[in-house]
Amino acid sequence: MASAQAAAETSPIAFPEWMTRPGAPLSGYGTPAQHESAVARSRMSSPLSTTIGASTTPLESLQGRITPNGLHFERHHSGVPNIDPAQHELKIHGAVRRPLKFSVDSLLRYPMTSKFYFLECSGNGFLNLLDNPLDASCGTLNGLVSCSEWTGVRLSLLLEEAGIDADASWLIAEGADAASLVRSIPLEKALDDVLIALYQNGERIRPEQGYPMRLFVPGWEGNVSVKWLHRLKVASSPAQSRSETATYTDLMPDGRAEQFTFTMGVKSVITHPSGTMNLAAPGIYELAGIAWSGHGAIARVEVSADGGKSWAEAALDAPVIDKCVCRFRIPWQWDGAPATLMSRATDSAGNVQPTRAEFQKRYSPGNMYHFNGILAWGVEASGRVSNVYV
Amino acid sequence: MSMSKLGFLCLLAFTSFCLVPGLCLAEPTPRLGELMSQEEIAFWDRSITPDGTNLPPGSGSVKEGEEVYIAKCAACHGEDGRGQAPLVALVGGQGSLTESKPIKTVGSYWPYATTLFDYIRRAMPFGQQKSLTDDEIYAVTAYTLFLNGVIDAHSRLTPANLNMVVMPNRSGFYWDQGASRPTQKH
Repeated sequence: MASAQAAAETSPIAFPEWMTRPGAPLSGYGTPAQHESAVARSRMSSPLSTTIGASTTPLESLQGRITPNGLHFERHHSGVPNIDPAQHELKIHGAVRRPLKFSVDSLLRYPMTSKFYFLECSGNGFLNLLDNPLDASCGTLNGLVSCSEWTGVRLSLLLEEAGIDADASWLIAEGADAASLVRSIPLEKALDDVLIALYQNGERIRPEQGYPMRLFVPGWEGNVSVKWLHRLKVASSPAQSRSETATYTDLMPDGRAEQFTFTMGVKSVITHPSGTMNLAAPGIYELAGIAWSGHGAIARVEVSADGGKSWAEAALDAPVIDKCVCRFRIPWQWDGAPATLMSRATDSAGNVQPTRAEFQKRYSPGNMYHFNGILAWGVEASGRVSNVYV
Repeated sequence: MSMSKLGFLCLLAFTSFCLVPGLCLAEPTPRLGELMSQEEIAFWDRSITPDGTNLPPGSGSVKEGEEVYIAKCAACHGEDGRGQAPLVALVGGQGSLTESKPIKTVGSYWPYATTLFDYIRRAMPFGQQKSLTDDEIYAVTAYTLFLNGVIDAHSRLTPANLNMVVMPNRSGFYWDQGASRPTQKH
């Protein structure tokens, strides 16, 4: 100790304090580094109540494809319920031969399936539909998308146990929160790849993601992956609930609205660099971002640094997974001149991300759902990066 | 089902049955679902569809609904239902659906009156969810529809007539019947 102090007094080169004494003790549940405390979700709530609203994943602070559980985006309609799993049941009734209820403990005994999937709110990116580009971070603008390994029981196993009537075609799912949110999905999808998700990235699903269980509907708008799931009714028609009529419906140019537009379109966004960042100096940078599609896997991501005049194909991190976030990367030499960075994704079904203008042309100007237009970041000569429209 | 000496179910034998898609035998599960009673189903099944399925007994008038509305709803929706942001409007907005700031209200947007009843019953009033009686829900549904000019001031809603109410934007919705298939647009 004395010698270290002596060294510090005589030379600017010295051991940092943490190399000179033991650190913190063991802990029960780890937390992020103290110096990373600024990495947090950005919250947008109703002025009427902080229990209504959304919080976004800080995409600009993350790498790879997995979202840490505490940073997964949130969208609540009536707060996060504090559910006692011992009192929670999953009920399946309606057009079934055996109306059944399952305790949480009983579901934990079923065969499990683990899959990596993105989850995206159908309103993700709505701020990019404002008339003027908002100067904000990538996550604030585009972070109603996250990616996790979801583990749970395949819904088809439970529906098979209940015995579905031959003429049933829809499944109505209800949450156990105060909003008792309801969405209807076609039975065809429910029997295909839908999970009763119990775990997220290895641990039990967190309260804000639906503890003790949520419906997980791969590739479809997040709202149908009903959180705090407690009831499934097999039916011959959709419920026509508020969340599939008054909200989560897409206004078209003629003023009519399209319902049940479930699949999230192919989309990408550059996360590094992105809005509100400052490039220190000209030189080599890695442009990195994420791409995903509800229609399948990402086939290709092209990147432009000149506002879309020329494009280069980015490398995709392996493995490229169906209905999952894919990380793309490409080296970029910044010469110090103003630049416009864009990414354009293509999926395995051949869908190509539209331009912002092409997207807007399909809908009424008031539509705020399902935006998947190409996004652009402007880089000024000063190195400041900001949201721009091309 | 074949069983090895260690008790492992032979999944290979199962997969060999999967020759015809859709006829594949499900994988073995513990089958722990317990039968629900009729009482449980009756309590929990609150899905009210446009045909009126599951509407509970009871009734409520526009006049009765005004009292409920003023006491429980006006603070967030405005005295006349036309609350400006951050309040949530329930009335007005006709003709705004093609504009850049559409006002989607019960009168301008909602296609079914049954959905209004269903939503109030499950999610309103905010902060005191599931506290209204069924009569109060019929009444405040009636008052909201009256404020929108959908029904007249002397109306009374019941399980027999709520699904007969024709909403102004009833024909304003459509969906792609093949929506569940993976080739749809977007």
